[in-house]
Amino acid sequence: MMPDTRRLANLAHGVSGATHTPSPGASHIITFSESQYVMDLFDPVFLARLQFAFTISFHIVLPAFSIGLASYLAVLEGLWLITKRDIYLSVFQYWLKIFAIVFAMGVVSGIVLSYEFGLNWSVFSDKTGPVIGPLMGYEVMSAFFLEAGFLGVMLFGLKKVGPKVHFMATLMVALGTLASAFWIIAVNSWMQTPAGYAINPAGQFVPVDWWAVIFNPSFPYRLVHMVLAAYLTTALAVGAVGAWHLLKDRENLAARVMFSMAMGMAAFVGPLQILAGDMHGLNTLKHQPAKIAAMEGHFETQKGAPLILFGLPNMAKRTVEYAVQIPHLGSEVLTHQWNGEIKGLEAFPRGDWPDVPIVFWSFRVMVAIGFAIFALGFWSFVARRKKRLFTDVRLHWAALAMGPAGFIAVLAGWVTTEVGRQPYTVYGLLRTADSASPLGLAAVGASLLGFVVVYLGVFASGFFYIGRQMKKTPWRNPDPASPQNDSGVHAETEKVEGVL
Amino acid sequence: MVIDYPLIWALLIALAVLIYVLLDGFDLGVGILFPFAEGESSRDQMMNSVAPIWDGNETWLVLGGGGLLATFPLAYAVILPALYAPLVVMLLALVLRGVAFEFRWKTRRFLPVWNVAFAGGSVLAALCQGIVLGAWVQGIAYANRAYAGGSWDWLTPFSVLCGVALVCGYALLGSTWLILKTQGALQVRAYVWARRAAAGLLVMIVLVSVWMLLLDPRFVTRWLSGVAAVYVFVVPLLVVAVGLVLFRALANFDDVIPFFAAQSLFLLSYIGLGIGVFPDMVPMRITIWQAAAPTVSLKFLLIGAAFLLPIILGYTAYSYWVFRGKVKPGEGYHD
Ligand code: HDD
Ligand code: HEM
Ligand code: HEM
Repeated sequence: MMPDTRRLANLAHGVSGATHTPSPGASHIITFSESQYVMDLFDPVFLARLQFAFTISFHIVLPAFSIGLASYLAVLEGLWLITKRDIYLSVFQYWLKIFAIVFAMGVVSGIVLSYEFGLNWSVFSDKTGPVIGPLMGYEVMSAFFLEAGFLGVMLFGLKKVGPKVHFMATLMVALGTLASAFWIIAVNSWMQTPAGYAINPAGQFVPVDWWAVIFNPSFPYRLVHMVLAAYLTTALAVGAVGAWHLLKDRENLAARVMFSMAMGMAAFVGPLQILAGDMHGLNTLKHQPAKIAAMEGHFETQKGAPLILFGLPNMAKRTVEYAVQIPHLGSEVLTHQWNGEIKGLEAFPRGDWPDVPIVFWSFRVMVAIGFAIFALGFWSFVARRKKRLFTDVRLHWAALAMGPAGFIAVLAGWVTTEVGRQPYTVYGLLRTADSASPLGLAAVGASLLGFVVVYLGVFASGFFYIGRQMKKTPWRNPDPASPQNDSGVHAETEKVEGVL
Repeated sequence: MVIDYPLIWALLIALAVLIYVLLDGFDLGVGILFPFAEGESSRDQMMNSVAPIWDGNETWLVLGGGGLLATFPLAYAVILPALYAPLVVMLLALVLRGVAFEFRWKTRRFLPVWNVAFAGGSVLAALCQGIVLGAWVQGIAYANRAYAGGSWDWLTPFSVLCGVALVCGYALLGSTWLILKTQGALQVRAYVWARRAAAGLLVMIVLVSVWMLLLDPRFVTRWLSGVAAVYVFVVPLLVVAVGLVLFRALANFDDVIPFFAAQSLFLLSYIGLGIGVFPDMVPMRITIWQAAAPTVSLKFLLIGAAFLLPIILGYTAYSYWVFRGKVKPGEGYHD
């Protein structure tokens, strides 16, 4: 394929019939300068990118956790209301305290982002505002207000409003976090696979079909993959806390509840996530083939391409050095044909390549963790079948070790997605270099420094407080003098095992 | 009839900002007063009086910013880079005070640190918001759909005056809120704070208004044209009247009236400012209609706003209702 066809194919994502006049940004002649990839600390655009990457990386791990926790809390409270068993309320209250910290940090880091678009990316804001602005407006009105409006009741109001109304509030907060993910992922996906727009004489993107804008080609895949990621991340964190307390006291009922629910989630969602990731990748192959080439480390277009497991991509030499690879498997995975053709980076102008090593490695980190989660889930499934879920110490250690894995996978996944979109902010249409605010080096540099200092101080403290909360023992088991069955299990414990 | 979508949206954004100022104003004000309270238990009560609602209050700021991006992207793209430094500092200050709501309860050793973060963050955020307002009113250099000035254009005596004025104003809102929500020694102190802040704010209102007259002759023209003139002549009288009501209520140790009188002072000033600036998005440079997003965008979001804003106001009111009445010492879920 000729290098320029992809660009055309990209433009064709606009809804058919949409008038399309090329904008000054879009018709920007592709001139490649090596400096685009040099990590130049004296380039305000590079510093602005660094600032975005830094601030959003802190943000994303928090919503990923709070999306999952909010749903988990809703389930726990629901179980409490249905079964009337105090253990669920205890576990609920245990995680509610952690949720409160996570949520507060998520909110403040999110507010920074909503202003950062205008502060550092003003040209991008002017051009894309008419399309992505209303989506974010909907996010504020349908998600942020909902969360914030009911958060107070959820955190402080159980005694004031009673269990039923309180449960409603918890549900609203959980719904709010999911609505937030819906809208912001729509925004991001539109930047990846723009659709449903025209371009006006001022160079702005103008929506012509809102349905096509929101449900753009990569949106469904990205949304599913992200929500599953949030659930998995939370499951691993909850599972690790459960495992830690089981290692200290395997009779602890709350630890059992946490561990069992979390491992159930991992076993169920782990495989789904791999499936979703695979479908996401096929979608990317269709719409952003250069990104896939970078993820796979393919420089040349090949039939029957190998699957490169490891290696060191070298962009100057246009090859992956020390590659460990499985012949033909790359084609099999991506085209489902043994000899299918996969386009390499050389099919695209050099000025359109993303940074290959970053994308290549972050992708591998994510996939490796994906399979590790799958393995953990499977192991726990087998242990459960053999009734060893609460006694298999090695499983508990493994779950403990995997506690942070979800967060790492989320970050790695986003780095793959976002660095792979480079050198564009709106893929194929608006270059990152043409998106930035007219700011001096000093302004961007000083603000970056401010964010780094404040964030490291604040979020380090936050994570420390979360950790300390997690170390507290949840629930005290009933007095040993209380009724026991033959095998020495207390009545209450036995009942829970029945439920699990 | 042709619907003027840009005008509707300009009014809605102005409304969002007004609600933000009236609501977050008092919880920032509580933070501003934090250092003057005596003892941790007073500070506990002060924080608990706003803990369940501050997040909702702050969300109006997100609506203001996000709404501006959606409906007036050009204004958003020009104003934010022009006010870069005060906005970044405001965001960092909001981070510090926002997390303090949770962190302050998690530690004994570092409690003073989070007290400082809460108070300092509140003062800085208020100061920066005032500076942002002043710098916006005094004008922003503009060319070719972008900000065309330097990094320090925002820093003028006028913008700093506006910053100080807003700190005073938020302190007044905060102290009257505490009068409404607390009892005993803390409430007595709040009356003292409110008297001082009210005096300060009234002086500031006069200074800022007069200074605006000198800033650009067009403000005078706008204030004196048509029906606006009526308002402009009535408003000083109203400010005096509300000021009297406020001081009288403070002298009588009334619980409720001071808060609403303080809110009214803000409202009166805000409308006056609005008349001076109308119909510009970037004063004297870009009008509402020049900055507006295409009608498709305005329409799409307006449908949602028409449905969702009343619902939002509804459940916001509900959550204020749930937490009505005086905060009692030792209340809150923290352990
Ligand atoms: C717990 C988190 C997690 C796990 C275990 C995985 N992912 Fe993932 N992945 C994400 C979390 C994530 C993410 C953070 O949610 C991303 C970033 C953007 C997005 O939509 O999802 C993502 C993006 C993402 C992309 C999109 C790149 C792009 O085109 O923009 C692909 C192709 C995959 N993933 C594939 C996989 C595969 C094949 C996995 C398993 C073997 C996998 N992911 C596990
Ligand atoms: C939440 C998880 C996300 C993470 C971890 C993330 C990560 C990143 C990273 C690493 C970069 C720098 C890429 C580079 O310059 O090479 C970046 C850039 C950027 N991302 Fe994201 N991103 C996320 C979501 C989003 C979303 C939801 C949006 C849009 C609404 C978005 C918009 C942008 C923009 C505008 C830039 C700056 C320009 C650029 O460098 O491309 N990101 N992001
Ligand atoms: C995948 C990317 C993102 C997801 C899934 C996401 C999700 C969320 C969620 C669930 C919250 C609620 C607070 C919390 O739970 O921590 C939140 C807060 C927030 N997010 Fe993000 N977000 C993402 C990226 C962004 C980006 C790119 C922006 C910038 C426009 C942003 C702006 C905000 C704001 C302003 C808040 C605070 C809301 C409030 O005041 O309640 N988010 N986000």
